[in-house]
Amino acid sequence: MPVISTAGLARTFQTKRGPVEAVRGIDLTVRPGEILGFLGPNGAGKTTTLRMLTTLLAPTGGAATVAGCDLARDPEGVRRKIGYVAQSGGTDPSVSVREELVTQGRMYRLGKAEAAARAEELAADLGLSELLDRKCGALSGGQRRRLDIAMGLTHRPVVLFLDEPTTGLDPGSRAELWDLIRRLRDGQGMTVFLTTHYLDEAEALADRLVVVDRGTVVAEGTAAALKAQYGGSPEATLQDAFIAITGRRTAEPDTAPIAV
Amino acid sequence: MSHLFSDTALIFGRYLRQALDSKVGVVFGLLQPMFYLIFFGPLLRDVPLGGEGDSWQTLVPGLLIQLGLFSAAFAGFGILLEKQVGVIERMRVTPVSRLALLLGRALKDVVLLLVQSLLLVLVAVALGLRAPVLGVVVGFLFVGLLTISLASLSYALAMRVDGPQGFAPVISTVNMPAMLLSGILLPMALAPGWLDAVSRCVPFRYLVDAVRAAYVGDFGWDTVGVGALVGLALCAVSMTVGTRVFRKAGA
Ligand SMILES: Nc1ncnc2c1ncn2[C@@H]1O[C@H](COP(=O)(O)OP(=O)(O)OP(=O)(O)O)[C@@H](O)[C@H]1O
Ligand SMILES: [Mg+2]
Repeated sequence: MPVISTAGLARTFQTKRGPVEAVRGIDLTVRPGEILGFLGPNGAGKTTTLRMLTTLLAPTGGAATVAGCDLARDPEGVRRKIGYVAQSGGTDPSVSVREELVTQGRMYRLGKAEAAARAEELAADLGLSELLDRKCGALSGGQRRRLDIAMGLTHRPVVLFLDEPTTGLDPGSRAELWDLIRRLRDGQGMTVFLTTHYLDEAEALADRLVVVDRGTVVAEGTAAALKAQYGGSPEATLQDAFIAITGRRTAEPDTAPIAV
Repeated sequence: MSHLFSDTALIFGRYLRQALDSKVGVVFGLLQPMFYLIFFGPLLRDVPLGGEGDSWQTLVPGLLIQLGLFSAAFAGFGILLEKQVGVIERMRVTPVSRLALLLGRALKDVVLLLVQSLLLVLVAVALGLRAPVLGVVVGFLFVGLLTISLASLSYALAMRVDGPQGFAPVISTVNMPAMLLSGILLPMALAPGWLDAVSRCVPFRYLVDAVRAAYVGDFGWDTVGVGALVGLALCAVSMTVGTRVFRKAGA
């Protein structure tokens, strides 16, 4: 039984300049305990797909089940089981780190004492213990990113969605985060669905890669398989394969229709 | 449903704490009505205002509704900022009750408005206002009803627009005529027929009339009763709109 499965998942935005087909039909499955790397060039539709899978955005087509709950019929069920770390974070700069972590716990219905204890525990796990009483606005970019991730782990989700989790992290923090993600998967069997633009990260961390371009899946498989199939030579890098798969990215007309 | 109460309390606590942290905000919202009270109120002392009671009993109810009208209508500004930093989506991805996200915030506004109203009335008493205690209490109830209605609408609008440029002009454009047409500074009893007729289409007018009646000890059906009906209807419509917008997935 896959923990995520989607069929023809699509989203079109209506804008003043006409419809924008951000996601045109995504079919994919993710096995429990898998770390899935979701790759694609800027504007490919990664964030839009994640926002649909996390109930934030209603699909305009297709269907999906996440952690055993149907996205359209039981969004509540999905929310209880998933964690989401958005590309641009989600903490209030004027609120303290501790308050954000405790509030997050309370929103996942932990009791007061439980939420306070969980905040300490998460802070320790993500190296934020010294910073608990600081305002979120007074954190460095990397510290804030670690806080965002702690927020997503509050309720020990079955599936964790991470949108570019390591953007802005120094190499040390990045390696620590990779370790943490592996520990979560090995220890709790957590499924991790993550997007990244760092191909070394995708290769080191993900069990399997799904490449999207212009709103559809254009390739999938292990890093080794993609390199062998698209890279052209046995010593090809993932970068070579990625460029072969998504092609150009120069002077491509925008996907949005031009209003005349 | 079972979590509505605790979720609302959680959201309410978060935003009340934030509001009280910035004491400037509490005082700032009060400045405009205070100025009217102190610098404009004394001018009315001997002017015939066409109603029962003295000039304070006419002006203070108007200022209370004005306070509600302006503070509550701009409540959505906070959400615009929170949307920008991703707090709204982060909350919407948790199981927290959608209605609680609205109610908790709107109830925070009610509490703040009641504190501000109390301060306004105390200053008015110092300046010479005399009104039955029951009337003053009824006035606060109307302020609460108005606040929860307008704050809900304001939050709903803020959820739907892209940024402050889509928000502030709408609120200002609605608020200014609404304020003048509900007879906040001078009662509509002074108005020519056509103006009086137009003002009868503005729901806030009935709230102002009701509070003015309560301030002179008149709790009749045709004043306080009508005001209560209009206020409750406004509240029902606003809460319905607000709940709809908060339930729906993000735009
Ligand atoms: N609310 C919206 N309204 C209109 N168009 C949108 C909206 N959100 C996203 N888009 C468009 O949909 C497309 C996909 O965007 P999305 O954010 O999913 O890309 P992405 O793969 O996450 O890119 P990146 O790697 O840059 O984060 C883009 O062309 C984007 O401009
Ligand atoms: Mg993105």
